Amino acid sequence: MKRYSAFAIAREALRFHSGWERAWRSPAPKKRYDVIIVGAGGHGLASAYYLGKNFGITNVAVLEKGWLGGGNTGRNTTIIRSNYLQDPSAAIYEKARSLYETMSQDLNYNVMFSPRGVIMLAQTHHEVRGYQRTAYANALQGVETQFIGPDKVKELCPIISLEGPRYPVLGGLWQPRGGTARHDAVAWGYARACSDMGMDIIQQCEVTGIRKDGGKVTGVDTTKGAMDCGQLGLVVAGHSGVLAEMAGFRLPVESLALQALVSEPVKPCMDVVVMANTVHGYMSQSDKGEMVIGGGTDGFNNYTQRGSFHHIEETVRALIETFPMISRLKMLRQWGGIVDMTGDRSPILSKTPVEGVFVNCGWGTGGFKSIPGSGWGMAELMAKGHSPLTEEFSMYRFREGKFIDESVAAGVAH
Amino acid sequence: MSTRLATGGRLIDHAAPMTFTFNGKEMQGYAGDTLASALLANDRMLVGRSFKYHRPRGIMASGAEEPNALVGLGRDGQFEPNQRATTTELFDGLESTSQNHWPSLDHDIGAVNQYLGRVLPAGFYYKMFLYPRAFWKHVYEPFIRHSAGLGKAPQDRDADSYEHFHVHVDVLVIGGGIAGLQAACAAGRTGAKVLLIEQTAHWGGRAPVDGGVVDGISVDAFTQNLIAELDAMENVTMRLRTMGAGVYDHGYVLGYERRTDHAPDMGGPRHRLWRIRAARTITATGAIERPLSFSGNDIPGVMLASAVRDYAVNFGVAVGDRTLVVTNNDDGYRTAIALKNLGLDVPAVIDARPAGGGALAQEAASLGIRIETGKAVAKALGGKRITGAAVCAQAGTGSVDEEIECDCIAMSGGWSPVVHLWSHCGGKLIWDADHAFFRPDPARPPLGAEGQGVVMAAGSANGALDLAIALADADYAGRKAAEATGYRPKRGRPPEAEQAGEAPILPVWQMPEGADQTLRAKTWLDFQNDVKVTDVQLAAREGFESVEHTKRYTTLGMATDQGKLSNINGLAVLSEALGQAIPATGTTTFRPPYTPISMGAIAGEARGDLFQPLRRTPMHEWHEANGAEWEPVGQWRRPYCYIQGDETPADAVTREVTAVRQSLGLLDASTLGKIIVKGPDAGQFLDMMYTNMMSNLGIGKCRYGLMCNENGFLIDDGVVARIDADTWLCHTTTGGADHIHAHMEEWLQTEWWDWQVYTANVTEQWAQIAVVGPNARNLLEKFTDDDLSAEAFPFMTWKDVTLNSVRARVFRISFSGELSYEVATPAGMGRAVWNELLAGAEEFGATTYGTEALHVLRAEKGFIMIGDETDGTVTPQDLCLNWAVSKKKHDFIGKRGQQRSHLCDPKRWRLVGLQTLDGSVLPDGAYAATQARNANGQRKTIGRVTSTYYSPTLKRGIAMGLVENGPQRMGEVIDFPMLDGTVQQVRIVDPVQYDKAGEKQNV
Repeated sequence: MKRYSAFAIAREALRFHSGWERAWRSPAPKKRYDVIIVGAGGHGLASAYYLGKNFGITNVAVLEKGWLGGGNTGRNTTIIRSNYLQDPSAAIYEKARSLYETMSQDLNYNVMFSPRGVIMLAQTHHEVRGYQRTAYANALQGVETQFIGPDKVKELCPIISLEGPRYPVLGGLWQPRGGTARHDAVAWGYARACSDMGMDIIQQCEVTGIRKDGGKVTGVDTTKGAMDCGQLGLVVAGHSGVLAEMAGFRLPVESLALQALVSEPVKPCMDVVVMANTVHGYMSQSDKGEMVIGGGTDGFNNYTQRGSFHHIEETVRALIETFPMISRLKMLRQWGGIVDMTGDRSPILSKTPVEGVFVNCGWGTGGFKSIPGSGWGMAELMAKGHSPLTEEFSMYRFREGKFIDESVAAGVAH
Repeated sequence: MSTRLATGGRLIDHAAPMTFTFNGKEMQGYAGDTLASALLANDRMLVGRSFKYHRPRGIMASGAEEPNALVGLGRDGQFEPNQRATTTELFDGLESTSQNHWPSLDHDIGAVNQYLGRVLPAGFYYKMFLYPRAFWKHVYEPFIRHSAGLGKAPQDRDADSYEHFHVHVDVLVIGGGIAGLQAACAAGRTGAKVLLIEQTAHWGGRAPVDGGVVDGISVDAFTQNLIAELDAMENVTMRLRTMGAGVYDHGYVLGYERRTDHAPDMGGPRHRLWRIRAARTITATGAIERPLSFSGNDIPGVMLASAVRDYAVNFGVAVGDRTLVVTNNDDGYRTAIALKNLGLDVPAVIDARPAGGGALAQEAASLGIRIETGKAVAKALGGKRITGAAVCAQAGTGSVDEEIECDCIAMSGGWSPVVHLWSHCGGKLIWDADHAFFRPDPARPPLGAEGQGVVMAAGSANGALDLAIALADADYAGRKAAEATGYRPKRGRPPEAEQAGEAPILPVWQMPEGADQTLRAKTWLDFQNDVKVTDVQLAAREGFESVEHTKRYTTLGMATDQGKLSNINGLAVLSEALGQAIPATGTTTFRPPYTPISMGAIAGEARGDLFQPLRRTPMHEWHEANGAEWEPVGQWRRPYCYIQGDETPADAVTREVTAVRQSLGLLDASTLGKIIVKGPDAGQFLDMMYTNMMSNLGIGKCRYGLMCNENGFLIDDGVVARIDADTWLCHTTTGGADHIHAHMEEWLQTEWWDWQVYTANVTEQWAQIAVVGPNARNLLEKFTDDDLSAEAFPFMTWKDVTLNSVRARVFRISFSGELSYEVATPAGMGRAVWNELLAGAEEFGATTYGTEALHVLRAEKGFIMIGDETDGTVTPQDLCLNWAVSKKKHDFIGKRGQQRSHLCDPKRWRLVGLQTLDGSVLPDGAYAATQARNANGQRKTIGRVTSTYYSPTLKRGIAMGLVENGPQRMGEVIDFPMLDGTVQQVRIVDPVQYDKAGEKQNV
């Protein structure tokens, strides 16, 4: 792989950029792989990447029904934070956040991780107590957060209105090393690095069946033919239930559309990410200048990646109260992404009833920020059979009632 | 130069001049102008800078597709960035500023980027700025952010208001061009209820500009007749300046009306969002002309041929003195003919087709216009404006035959139907190779709830570019849509148009065909985001083969125009680079809105005080007038405490708690949820809803009850009172009233739909006043002769009591450990009773108290509070409330959940009292931890604080908390690490820290 750098760009400029090679190869499938990962989104690619990087397992294929990074990796609001309340969540999200810090250099691909800081606003006394609790929990978990007062909130984000007529800002939970990253670049960077390690990323390749022999996986059938494998990782977010059914087990996951929108680009006016859970909305400004706004999930299960209007309306109302100046900005585009929700809204990273089949799903509204941590843990789980990062996220926890419920601290917004 | 013609301009009024400013410079226009036409009339060619390279940008189009001419409008609370000059109607006093440059539009430092274009190809930022790591946040990113962005962000609160309309119609027609008018007429004539909306300020669309004859009269006159006919139909509503913004599921459509943008002094809402539910929608949204891809096609003065024609015919503006027309289809000739007829110079028509055009080309030739077939523009010449064009053979590599001097290049690359609204909700497209465009596939329309097609496209939006075909198509769509909604169209023939036959288009995606690298690197696809042909080719070379990858890698089509001009050209270039057919490449996803709509309009009226309107108890004003420090609780506000004199809130709470413990306090408890559950099966239903038994509660009795979710976790609590044989009154927490009512209904409607139970949320029908303290009975006895003695009115019962003349329902219950009554009266009487009780209470030195005193009082007694001791992960057993969980009932919601292994784990965290060794108040949210660490390096926690207060009664901090196996560890001291690194030592004690025997309430 030719390395990317300013020097490389200058060199290519001299020959009209004719020398750039493919970012990832487009190989024909082999007959057998040690590991097949289904799903070339951020989580699937990261899982493959750390299998190779941390465990030297490189006879790996990543199969993708559509185009890589085309699911939720490419349609989220790009927020990265790890200020979670429960220990297992804080561990995996903080692992992810810390890997984001060095991802650009690690992958030799600029994913534009921007640790600009994340504020979660406290707008009721109850929320204040909830975030103070999170701050105490984070201190013991090794996650750097701080409960700040309204003045500091205003200093960090001057466009905010502290005296909303309904819910005044009473403070906020501040994670200074949270932020954003360029979502597509995360998928592309991992894909390029995986391809460089000799892994095969096979797009336009839908899995149509899972082969087993005596309760153990042996391979998959796909629209590009059958492939044998030793281990199979299912990392397909909203379609996890479909793949699980092929493998012969069920998952406690349902799929909902999560709404998001962007404004037209304007010059920089907001340097931090702000989440307002009482009124339900969150906003940051992209490097292009668009205000990136996230809202809620539709109140019904579905698979259409479409925008619906009612949640947009509620979200925009909430954010106009919080940031009055956006009233005169315009919505450029709205869309929906399908989030896969478990009963406790925490993910599943787990062995399954089928030997050799592993599942990584249920990230709900928290998928993007967790990509590297999820991949790291999934790779360890597949390579070693266990991982401290994934241990509590077993699919069997629902049977025991061992939920990892983050909504206890603050809404469900991520 | 660009000038206003002495006469002409069908939309402007030469008698009504207007003054406006652009970058502070005063200019003149006429009523009917758009800002774009007025700027052109003032020879203002350079109007902005592009996003990435800060290249000079001129007006490219005449409508919603404009990528370049974006301006800031207005000032202060009425400033708005990124408005398209082409869709901004001129008004007297309009103020506009150009964007994305420094220090000025004409001299922009950022323009240096264009000379770096070679080193800033598509996606350059993914390959650069990698080292050193810290530079991204502190150097590179701030630089990129400041170079990017477009207009300035508004600073002030929006001075305007907005509103929503809700309408239901049989047929919605989007687009008031000739096809939309015809479709609306055809539907309207059947009697169907029709709404016709048009985004511009004028009916008729392009047809009057393009000309033609319909039913023997001019197309202009025909259009006027249609408008008059529609105007006379009572079942038809017509709205100008109203854009179809988005199509959603089940025929739900958003209309965006810009009510006062063109007349800011008109008053009333600025924008109006139409929320339309239409049985059928017809998208008659027209078509958009495509640019041609030649080197320098972004220089100001290069314009869509149709736009040049629009400015001349509609606004009497000659964009250039000498306009070179370059085209690959017959429509370009219309511009040449129109200009020539206005006496303007057209040095040549460059037609890429070797065989040239049809009848229109002959007409142009007969006017003496030079026509060059099989030719192309190799390169547009000029810097901040066009000075000429180098002409070459289309089939070659660009060797220049001649240079033609001109100050405007009108380009026509063919037309693309506007398929956005068709596509928003799942309508599919097909590639029409004859016309080189995507058009709606009638076999795969957006579907409604029953699987029926709910959207039809009509006219040029349906690919019918020919006037005669468009009219027939629209007539059919209008009739068909009305028929589908139950109306019967009368027989009749569609209008007949005469139009010159056109020669076929020659798809031209690169001009000339064999353009070399140097030419392609200056050939723009996306004018706003600066995406060039070479960028798309680079993306393809690097493996970004999916059209979505290419879009995201190059930013093609991601600008504020969302690729209305660039997308088809871009994906044609991509297809060629990948060696595949255009339909195999496909399009990116069309998302709402069609053009950007204001956030204000989306929010509508619900802002300020109307954003989640405040709920007020009957006593709200009294609290307000008496020093209430408010706390938002749900949508209510409750007094946190009442400040007297120069008290701090802490002082006030201490005073209030002390008064209650020593004598008497009054609390407005009206916000507590009150749900009536009634019916023959109500007892059985409540036995399922609550963990304890409610069916055996005696009439006149009260019982404290717990509610769990199906996972077994505690979600709400409250006192249930049995009113009569089949009626129970369930009290919920303030925040729980609505969702507990919904929870009950969900179970009733989905699981036990055959049970005879009704529920009603009567929270707001009652005012409720808690009378609390040793003098509580003494106070009430002043107002009634009813027997309130301990024997006649024991604890946990309720009674109808007449207080003076008011009938009240009084509950003898206590959340403070004191003798306590809750007096409920009809809401309308609440304030009067409150006033009377307060007056009567004066002799006892009583006080009103707020939520914080309420909390302290209950915490002293070890009573749990939903939301403090519970957080959705806590069971009744965790809170040592096993006594309120029935062992006898065969089932209740949560019972099975509570039997799961983790919920029965003996090591669960359970409720205890917590006492700091030094008597201080523990901070909220603190955790108890040991020195051990788990496999992820996190400290092992063994408990946490759930409630913590200063107790004025005990004169020290008190707290409740959940501790691992806590009740078995009474007296043990555990560590709570503080955020400052110190450790607070805390003793585990009984949660009931005051009056353990309950003597105070049983009097």
